Amino acid sequence: MKYVDEYRSAEDAERLAERIAGLVEPGRHYKLMEVCGGHTHTIYKHGIEDLLPPEVELVHGPGCPVCVIPMGRQDDAIAIAERPDVIFTTFGDMMRVPATHGSLLDAKALGADVRMVYSPLDALRIARENPDRQVVFFAIGFETTTPSTAITLLRARAAGIINFSVFANHVTIVPAIKAILDSPDLRLDGFIGPGHVSTVIGVRPYRWIAQDHGKPVVVSGFEPLDILQGVYMILRQLREGRSEVENQYTRVVRDEGNLAALKAIGETMELRSTFEWRGLGFISQSALKLRPEFAEWDAEVRYEVPGVRVADPKACQCGEVLKGVIKPWQCKVFGTACTPDRPIGTCMVSSEGACAAYYNFGRLTRRRGREPAPA
Amino acid sequence: MAGARTEEEVLAAIERRRRRGHVKLMDAHITLSHGAGGKSSHTLIETLFLRELANPLLAPLADQAVLPATGDARLAFTTDASVVAPLFFPGGDIGELAVNGTVNDLAMAGARPRYLSVSFILEEGLPTADLQRVARSLAAAARAADVVVATGDTKVVERGKADGLYIATAGIGTVEHSLELSPARIRPGDRVLLSGTIGDHGMAIMVARGGLALEVDLESDTAPLHELVALLLAATDDVRCLRDPTRGGVATVLNELALAAEVGIVIDELTVPVRPEVTGACEILGIDPLYVANEGKLLAVVAPEAEQAALTALRSHPLGTSAAVIGEVREEPPGMVVLDTAFGGTRVVDMLAGDPLPRIC
Repeated sequence: MKYVDEYRSAEDAERLAERIAGLVEPGRHYKLMEVCGGHTHTIYKHGIEDLLPPEVELVHGPGCPVCVIPMGRQDDAIAIAERPDVIFTTFGDMMRVPATHGSLLDAKALGADVRMVYSPLDALRIARENPDRQVVFFAIGFETTTPSTAITLLRARAAGIINFSVFANHVTIVPAIKAILDSPDLRLDGFIGPGHVSTVIGVRPYRWIAQDHGKPVVVSGFEPLDILQGVYMILRQLREGRSEVENQYTRVVRDEGNLAALKAIGETMELRSTFEWRGLGFISQSALKLRPEFAEWDAEVRYEVPGVRVADPKACQCGEVLKGVIKPWQCKVFGTACTPDRPIGTCMVSSEGACAAYYNFGRLTRRRGREPAPA
Repeated sequence: MAGARTEEEVLAAIERRRRRGHVKLMDAHITLSHGAGGKSSHTLIETLFLRELANPLLAPLADQAVLPATGDARLAFTTDASVVAPLFFPGGDIGELAVNGTVNDLAMAGARPRYLSVSFILEEGLPTADLQRVARSLAAAARAADVVVATGDTKVVERGKADGLYIATAGIGTVEHSLELSPARIRPGDRVLLSGTIGDHGMAIMVARGGLALEVDLESDTAPLHELVALLLAATDDVRCLRDPTRGGVATVLNELALAAEVGIVIDELTVPVRPEVTGACEILGIDPLYVANEGKLLAVVAPEAEQAALTALRSHPLGTSAAVIGEVREEPPGMVVLDTAFGGTRVVDMLAGDPLPRIC
C-alpha cells in the first residue's frame, strides 16, 4: 500500500538493524523509553524487538491515553452516561475500561445510551440530530486528540448547539515525562519522543530533557522503520556523547508544531492546577479543563458527578507499568486475573496499552527468554 | 351494472377466487397480521415466499418436509442465524448470506449441501419490497448452491424488537466420502492454505454501515464454497481439516485449530492475500485484517506432500484464483499462532478480545 509499505520494508529494516548493532558499545546496556502507546503497539505488532541487539531494551512509557485515566474519572463518566436524558459518546477503547462497578459496556447493556464515535465531530452530529437529548463527549487523550475536541467546541458555539457538552480528560505529555524522570525507580538512556503529540506541540517542549537531564530525545513516527531509525538516532547521539532533541518524523512534525491547533486549544481550554493520573498519582498542571467561557458546554459544570478518588485495585500494577518500572509480564495479575477479555487495569484494555500489546503480540519474546530483566 | 349478477354468481366468483389462491400481495409493509397465521400469513407465504422458492418439497406448505433416504452417506447437519445490519450491502444481502453461510458450514465437513430450512423473523413495518428482494436473492443463492429450501417458517415481531429482519437457517448435507476432516488430524509439518483475499466482507459491512466517512469500493465476498471443497477433496485425500474464517477472521480460526490440535501455527504475513482497499481501510480504522470476517473463503490444512495438488485444485476454481500457502504447522509453540511479520519480526496472533464489528453476518 502506497505511503505505508515504504516504511515497512524488510530490507531497509535489516540494514538499519545492522547499523544499530554497529553503534552498541561493548558491555553497555541501553534503556530507551518509547513515550507513546502508539509506538508500543507498533513495536509489538511488527516484532521490532527481534531486530534489535539484546543490549538495547525498549521500556514502555506513559503515553497511552486510555491507560492514564484514573478509576474515579471512569466512575464519573459512567454516572453521566447512566442519566436517562444523556447520549454518551466515547472512543471505542474507553467502553471496556473497568470502573468501580463495571464498564461503560456494562452500563450500555443495562440501558445507558452509550455510542462509540471515531471523532468528537461525530458526537456533535449526533447532538444536532437529537435536539431533545443531551449529548456528552468523553474527551480523552494527549495533545494529539485535544485539537479535535477544541475545534468541536468552537463549532458547537458557532452553531449554537447547546445540547452538547464535553467531559474533558485531556492530559499533557511533558509533565508525565517529568514525573518519570524524577522517579527514583528508573534509569533511562534516552527517549523515543511522541510523534503525533509533537505535530501539535512541536519539538521545543522537550529541550529540557536533553539539556537538564542529558537524555537524547528523538521524536519519531509510527511506522516500524520510523521507530528503528529513532533508535538508531538515539544510539548515535549516545555514541557521540550528545544529548539533543532530534526530529526523525520530519515528514509530519514541524519544530514549532501546529499553531492553528494550539490556538484552538488555547481558546477553549486551560490548565488544571492538578490532575490524577492512573498509577502516577496527582501531577500538577498536567491536564486541561474547559475555559469558563465554555461552561455551557462543560459536562463537569452541567452534571453532578461523584468526583471521588478511587484507589486502583490492589493487585493492579498499571502505575509501575506506565512508568516503565516493571515489564507487563512482571505484574502479579498479568495474563491470569487480568487479560484483554477480562481486564483489571487500563493497560490491558487499550490497544496502545503496554500490557495489551505484550499480551496480544509479544508473548513470544518472553518464551524465548529474550526479555532482559529490569534494572 | 349493479344488480346484473345473481347472488349465486357472486358467491361462485368468490369461491373460484378462494380456490385460485391469493394472487397478489397488496400490503406495502409487514404488519403483525402477517405473522398471525391467518389469511395475511397465507398471502405472504404463497405470493412471496412460495413464488420465489417453489419446489416440490416446499410446495405442500406442511410444517415439515419429508426427505428422501440418502443411502449409505453420512449426514452433516448445521444451524445458523443471520442478523447482519444493514440488510443490503455491496456484494450481497442477508438472504444470500443466510444461504451461503449455511452451505459453507456444511461444506467445511466435506459435505454436499442438500436441504435448507429457513425461518424469517420479520419486524413490523418492514417494507414488503425489501422482503421480496431478500427472498429473491435467497432463492437465487439456493439455486446457485444447488440446495433445496425444503421447509420454512415466518414470524413477525413488534416494531423495535428486530432490526428489519433476521433469518435462521438449518442445513443438511451428505458426506459422500470416508475422510474425517478434523483438527485432531493436524500434524507438525502440515501446510495451511487460504483460498483468497481476507477481510472483504467485514470491511464492506463496516463501510456500508456508514458513519465512517470512508469512501472505498469494497464488496462482500459472500459465496458458496462447496464446489471449491469438492475440487480440493477430489485432488487429494490428505486434507486434514477445513474451516471458513467468518467472524473473528483467519486469526481466530487458526487459534482454534492450534489449541484443538496442540500445535503451533506459523503464518508468513507476506503470503496472506489482502486487497489494497481492505489494507487501507483497516489501517485507517486501526483494525487487523487477520481478525476481519470473510464469507467466501476457506482455510485448509493439508499434509505437506499434498500442498501442490491442493493449491492447484483451489486455483482451478474462480473462487480460489488467489489461493496461497500462508503458513505451516509446527510442534512449537503448542496452542499458539505466530506471525512472521513482513518487517522481519515475529509476533503472537491471539484470539480477538471484544468485538470491533457488531452484527456482520
